[in-house]
Amino acid sequence: MSAITNFSAPPQGIPEYETEFAAARSKSRRAWLIGSALFMVLFFFSTWLGDFFKITQVTMPDGSREWRWIIPAGIPRLGEYISKTIPVLRWDTFGADMAEWFWRWKTWMKLLLETVLIAFMATSLGVVGGFLLSFPAARNLTPNKTVYWITRRYLELARTVPELVWALIFVFCFSVGPMAGVLAIGLHATGALGKLYSEVNENIDMRPLDGVKAAGGTWFDRIRYGVVPQVLPNIISYTLLRFEINVRASSIIGYVGAGGLGQEFRTAMSFQEYTDLSALFVIIFVTVVIIDYGSEKLRHRVIGLGAKS
Amino acid sequence: MPSTLALTSLSRHFGETCAVDSVSLSIETGQFVGVIGRSGAGKSTLLRLINRLVDPSSGIISFEGRDITALKGKALREWRRDCAMIFQQFNLVERLDVLTNVLIGRIADHGFFSSMAMHFSDEERAMAIQALDRFGLVPQALQRAGTLSGGQQQRVAIAKALVQNPKIMLADEPIASLDPMNATLVMDGLKSINKDDGITVLVNLHTLDTARAYCDRIVAMRDGQIFFDGIAAQLTDDVVRDIYGIAGLESFNEAVTSTQKFAVSI
Repeated sequence: MSAITNFSAPPQGIPEYETEFAAARSKSRRAWLIGSALFMVLFFFSTWLGDFFKITQVTMPDGSREWRWIIPAGIPRLGEYISKTIPVLRWDTFGADMAEWFWRWKTWMKLLLETVLIAFMATSLGVVGGFLLSFPAARNLTPNKTVYWITRRYLELARTVPELVWALIFVFCFSVGPMAGVLAIGLHATGALGKLYSEVNENIDMRPLDGVKAAGGTWFDRIRYGVVPQVLPNIISYTLLRFEINVRASSIIGYVGAGGLGQEFRTAMSFQEYTDLSALFVIIFVTVVIIDYGSEKLRHRVIGLGAKS
Repeated sequence: MPSTLALTSLSRHFGETCAVDSVSLSIETGQFVGVIGRSGAGKSTLLRLINRLVDPSSGIISFEGRDITALKGKALREWRRDCAMIFQQFNLVERLDVLTNVLIGRIADHGFFSSMAMHFSDEERAMAIQALDRFGLVPQALQRAGTLSGGQQQRVAIAKALVQNPKIMLADEPIASLDPMNATLVMDGLKSINKDDGITVLVNLHTLDTARAYCDRIVAMRDGQIFFDGIAAQLTDDVVRDIYGIAGLESFNEAVTSTQKFAVSI
């Protein structure tokens, strides 16, 4: 008891601890300071590189030209653009105004269906490719280092090239149309899903695999019985998430001629049909919201099923 | 009796450490052999070597005169089927139902497509249900394995091992994660497989009284080597002290480490 109540003589080890603590703290402060200084330098260098501080000539309302900083000069133009896309809607002629706003609705609905179907088929292709490749691409499951290396590099290549670039290539190969879009998004989705699935595979419990191996199972048996049941809820969840992303991707991919609503964006922009742009935006926004909502509900059910086991 | 399973100077190194150090052992058909020794003595590695989950660094494993160490591919998988293994953590697929878990014991005899489709014949399902019935687990057959208690899961694992129609059954600390009641049920199950089915059983145990109660023969390992090989009665307090390296301990009480709820007498 006396050792605890007697404060005049500190217990052994405390002064050493104090100096060590002070040293550790000043070291972490120094690291933090250097880190934030480095970040600030990089940040301001890249804003300067990105023309954020540019002074440019601006046409004033009275027609004269003056030198202004680009940011305050440009912000009013954003409002100008948006106001151009807003259609005129009057209460007494509401129906007629809406009909005028969505005047091409028959074409747009057809293209919307095409957009969603491109996303659906591309997701299906991506799931098949990503699922099959995710096992050799998982460090704990791969049969050997060479197979691991090849599948990893293939998945990286598939996902680092953006959908639009794949679409340009496939439009060149297979001409304009939704097939190029399906292949482009499908290939990108294979890379992205294969990576996500393989990370799920790397976090599994390995003991059931031993159980299958000890019963005389092959590598494929170990995957089928030991791995797939464990990762299935996560795979379904990631797949639905990917479908949402693919709907967004397939709605712009038509810009390069690969099918879907994107081609209408291009037409509207080149003909300066500003209200068409807002109509297309509303259509895509509503579709994405509906699909997000539906797949989120589905995903939560799948995760809920997983939690029960 | 002919010696069926024979290990000759079997060794396995993991880097610098030698988990199993030139072990020679012969086990005859129908024996119930317990392997004891403290943690890290090489008991688990020994069992995994026999099932070929771990490849030996040197030495020979032979079964009925056949060299097991050289087996590859299908022959190796058939050996694993003949030499069923039970694990401390059960190693069941928790998200699959109990019946499918038992049927995993049949996959060595399946082709690629029927295995991937999880398609099993009616005869195989009947085998699985009979095996489950032996351990009173038929009512749980369609439940997910993960919803069962540890003791039930271990009995499912034994049923799975049984449908492999094995010649030897290896059990790696089968009762170390179980309460005394379930430990007794599992050990009795192994005993019945040994006595009624005539299957050789090789079991790793960390409790001495269990080994004494169930095993015809006890093998003790220390630092990867066989330190003692005999019957329970030969396992005196002095020998036990040497096995576990507890020379400093004044009195050694077996009951402290016991997982047996009831004193079992054979």
